[in-house]
Amino acid sequence: MHTSEILLEARDLRKSYRRGGGVFSKEAEGPRFTAVDGVCLAVERGETFAVVGESGCGKTTLARMLVRLIEPDSGELGFRGKDLLALRGAELRAERRQMQMVFQDPFASLDPRMRVAEMVGEPLAIHHPELGKTEKQERTRAMLERVGLGADALKRYPHEFSGGQRQRIGIARALILRPKLVVADEPVSALDVSVGAQVLLLLQELQSEFGLTYIFISHSLPVVAQMATRIAVMRAGKFVEVGPAEQVLHLPAHAYTRELLAAVPSLPSR
Amino acid sequence: MTCLLEVRGLTVELPTPAGWVRPVNEVSLHIDAGESLGLVGESGSGKTMLAMALMGLLPPGARVEGEALLGKDRKEVAEVKEKNAREPGVAGGKNLLALNERQWRAVRGGQIAMVFQEPMTSLNPVMRIGRQIEEAIRAHESRLAAGDVKRRAAEALGRAAIPEPQVRAEQFPHQLSGGLRQRAMIAMALAAGPRFLIADEPTTALDVTVQKQILDLLDHLRRELRLALLFITHDLGVVRQVADRVAVMYAGRIIEEGPARQVLASPRHPYTQGLLNASPTLERGKLSPIPGSVPQLTAVPPGCAFEPRCSLRRAECVAAVPDLRVADQSHTARCVLV
Repeated sequence: MHTSEILLEARDLRKSYRRGGGVFSKEAEGPRFTAVDGVCLAVERGETFAVVGESGCGKTTLARMLVRLIEPDSGELGFRGKDLLALRGAELRAERRQMQMVFQDPFASLDPRMRVAEMVGEPLAIHHPELGKTEKQERTRAMLERVGLGADALKRYPHEFSGGQRQRIGIARALILRPKLVVADEPVSALDVSVGAQVLLLLQELQSEFGLTYIFISHSLPVVAQMATRIAVMRAGKFVEVGPAEQVLHLPAHAYTRELLAAVPSLPSR
Repeated sequence: MTCLLEVRGLTVELPTPAGWVRPVNEVSLHIDAGESLGLVGESGSGKTMLAMALMGLLPPGARVEGEALLGKDRKEVAEVKEKNAREPGVAGGKNLLALNERQWRAVRGGQIAMVFQEPMTSLNPVMRIGRQIEEAIRAHESRLAAGDVKRRAAEALGRAAIPEPQVRAEQFPHQLSGGLRQRAMIAMALAAGPRFLIADEPTTALDVTVQKQILDLLDHLRRELRLALLFITHDLGVVRQVADRVAVMYAGRIIEEGPARQVLASPRHPYTQGLLNASPTLERGKLSPIPGSVPQLTAVPPGCAFEPRCSLRRAECVAAVPDLRVADQSHTARCVLV
């Protein structure tokens, strides 16, 4: 019997930043800019919840708040039935292990002098210090193989890989701890079309294989259409429409969703 | 056939530590006045290097071969071609690929202009928009009176449909949104009245709603000004919207060319077919990626460059680079199956 179960729940999340008022500004406090303005969502286990919106709509800030990389100004955040915002120390680390991010360019934030073996194995070293060296190496090798990279990748450096291979390495690093939730922020935007399709298919396969729940952030409706079970359309920090993917794409209720859909250049149907 | 721009056998070679590589390999194409050619390819296909060759902006040390003729009209191109054929020794009177830097300065901006993906990196951040456009005009018409230059700059901003042009002219690039910045870039590119415009991924960094406005603007301008437009993109949907004809590039060569609607509706090269099947659409369908990746320029296969990734390959594909074969009237493809 299938019962839907909420994995992640957010209520009235808010985050604002000070606009201007930097180091060289005369005013100590500039006007505030609201990046996320009262977002509520509930993500079910096993689904792909997509957030789509144009640049500056707040989708990346939202994604990072959901995994507590950014602290919200206010609101509630529940993960696996726990109050995520109240967790500290070891408890927080334990939950963090269950939520991982996949970035647009995984190497933009990593040490270019680190070999792939260290990069993918690092989360294991941090969260599972009890594992022996051989066990860690074996798990790293197996995960790389699962994302389509051979054992020869282990000893190499990031710059030796193409964009598609780098994203596979980023996915391996995110999945090595076997998380429950993966937040993917524009995972194929930097990739060529043919390679981007490979990565989308890989993400679909891994989802059913590892029972993953995805939060998928993208500016592209066609990409979102391939992945999402539900779609939230975000504009100026708010969700203007949330619904089952088919409905949002084919029976959009909000004028802004219709505007976004109309702007997508179409291709001949196949 | 004679056109406003005619390119024949354009080859670009670059020195690398691993030897010479050919990012552009015997490319021939033509664009008529008022016509738009979409050049499609993934990263590393050579599409940007081709544009740089046509703008005289190749990196130092590059070797170029071939011919690129730009005329006022078909007649002039035909005359130049004939003259070049008569006196091969002095060829290059109008061959863009043989211009020196001093000659390029008159051609670049004056006859050929380019719009880039990220206007912020092409605009001067510490100069007001209006001044930058005036500078582009003055570079080609140094004797124009100051008042006329200002008037022409205002016209250019208006042509790019920039609202409140007088206000915008006094602003700096960072004060403009991405879409307005791209409009300013287009205004600047067209300010000195070129006949040939190269747009290299001009909407890739923009949101879809803004992208649509910029595509509409470019379409309107090339019709109104009878511009020959070379539109470079990786996005087949965008190409369908802006191009009359499309040329698909792979590993430095054009592998398919024809009327845009026809090429996109019934592609004949397996790479074009693969690219279409890998492009996400609003319909949820099984995505079929192309296996493997684009070959490194240092290791381009000897035969058809797509052969290692092609599901329809045959023994003969490895032997030699296939010729461009006629698939249907003006539709050609570089594949043995055609």
